[in-house]
Amino acid sequence: MKPGQAQLAAGGALALVLVGMAALSLVWTPYPAEAIDVAHRLAAPSAAHLLGTDPFGRDELSMLMVGARTSLAIALVAVLAGAGAGIPLGALAAALGKWPEQALMRAADLAFAFPALLTAVMIAALAGPGTTNAMLAIGIFNIPVFARITRAAAKSVLEREFVTAARAIGRGEVSVLLRHVLPNVAPQLLVQASIQFALAIVADAGLAYVGLGTQPPEPSWGRMLADAQTYVFDRPGLAIYPGLAVTLAVLGFNLLGDGLRDRLDPRLRGRD
Amino acid sequence: MTRLLLRRGVGLALTLLAASLVVFVVLGVLPGDPASLMLGTAARADTLAALRHQLGLDQPAPLRYLLWLGGFLRGDLGLSFTYHVPVAGLIGARAAVTVPLAVLAIALSTLVAIPLGTLAASRRGRAADTVLMAASQLGMAAPNFWLGFLLILLFSMQLGWLPGGGFPGWNHGAWAALKALLLPAVALALPQAAILARVTRAAVLETLDQDYVRTALAKGLSETAALWRHALPNALVAVVTVLGLQFGYLLAGTVIIENTFALPGLGRLLFQAVTQRDLPVVQDLVVLLAGSVVVVNFAVDVLYVWLDPRLAGGERR
Repeated sequence: MKPGQAQLAAGGALALVLVGMAALSLVWTPYPAEAIDVAHRLAAPSAAHLLGTDPFGRDELSMLMVGARTSLAIALVAVLAGAGAGIPLGALAAALGKWPEQALMRAADLAFAFPALLTAVMIAALAGPGTTNAMLAIGIFNIPVFARITRAAAKSVLEREFVTAARAIGRGEVSVLLRHVLPNVAPQLLVQASIQFALAIVADAGLAYVGLGTQPPEPSWGRMLADAQTYVFDRPGLAIYPGLAVTLAVLGFNLLGDGLRDRLDPRLRGRD
Repeated sequence: MTRLLLRRGVGLALTLLAASLVVFVVLGVLPGDPASLMLGTAARADTLAALRHQLGLDQPAPLRYLLWLGGFLRGDLGLSFTYHVPVAGLIGARAAVTVPLAVLAIALSTLVAIPLGTLAASRRGRAADTVLMAASQLGMAAPNFWLGFLLILLFSMQLGWLPGGGFPGWNHGAWAALKALLLPAVALALPQAAILARVTRAAVLETLDQDYVRTALAKGLSETAALWRHALPNALVAVVTVLGLQFGYLLAGTVIIENTFALPGLGRLLFQAVTQRDLPVVQDLVVLLAGSVVVVNFAVDVLYVWLDPRLAGGERR
């Protein structure tokens, strides 16, 4: 078996199920996810409702499916935003050196003092909670993560001989960064992206759970967990499914990251 | 070492100052008029004016920042808008829940992770290693507030061993208070321990690969002694580093899990303050929490050099 293959297969399968569930929810769910049916509230799992219903009589499985979509969308935007801002900043810091590099890295240190939760708290105090709030807070948190990794990786590439050669034949700095540095640091960034994706899913669940993220009636896994807590005596299962969904999603993207790292970066193979 | 401490100390002070400025600008300047944000659009003009005066909004922003900062240094954090009491007192009372909880979680996670990580490394590739590493993958993936919930289901609702929420306070005996903090601390510690066990395993394996360990083994040192004497100190450096890097996550987790266990800590205060738009409380708490991340990372930096004096050399060049 090739290195990382088991992790890639397991992680890929979990991610595929998740994406499939989210995609399917766009065209079909067993019931409309927001349809309230008080007569059948807190129903036990049955043929009609495979996972039962929530305190408002909404179908649990349908909500889980739409929740997957919310979670993936937030994680995707947060990672793309973090990478989109962080990678150019990190590359720029590595290429410029001297005080711009110092300034950018100190700014990254500062940003590190604000976990996504604190940023979300500040945005919520200004503009109220919501899905955009979660995307922004997690996205901002991801910027220094990508900036640091890009800078460190780019610096070591910039010292290689082929970069000197490229400069010697008259390539500009931007062209060197795009043609030589970026392709060489891309594998590392891809691995980090999948880890940040997993982290974003947990962070998003936490934000929705405490009421700073996605707001009802829009279904989200974190919100479902919070709602289920009140009815734990009647239906403990309601608190199990969304938590399990978060865990499997995070596990999937973490395994994907591990597998990719083992496959793409032979130096790190078998480290942990 | 002294020069290093001085340099890092200046860096620490500058970072704290910058963090406080960021929070002040976001919460005190960006809203335009914080008073109308707090009172809503239906507020009467004289109420608004009174609140503006109470918050000192009739003064220019740079002066307000300096006054706020000065108050912070004297321990005067201003008045809470909802409770009409000094914020410092509110925070002090709540910190008596949050800080012990975080410390307990860190202690538990380290106590579990270092032996298990070392065990996994010494059994590399065998059943124990495989099982431990698979378990740690699961542990890293589960959100801690959900783990907390599962713990409540099992130990509180099914077995009835421990309280599933609430906090009796410290004046009814330390044992009752610790019992109330135990389940949330375990829930916080499990994902942390999963990460730390992996880090420990990797650090121990790396040490066991070093030439000096091979020499020691060749000279007749037992494998156990090599683990204790050489691998463990190196594992500690790695664990401390990762604890520092993870502190932000742990703090966020602590603040969130207080909701699961109905603990009257800083997290509850923070979320109430956000809901009620109690900006002075939000501003003070965010600065304190962000500041604690900065301070912990500073402490880790220093501890790092103390554990591994070779690192101090780099600073003297």
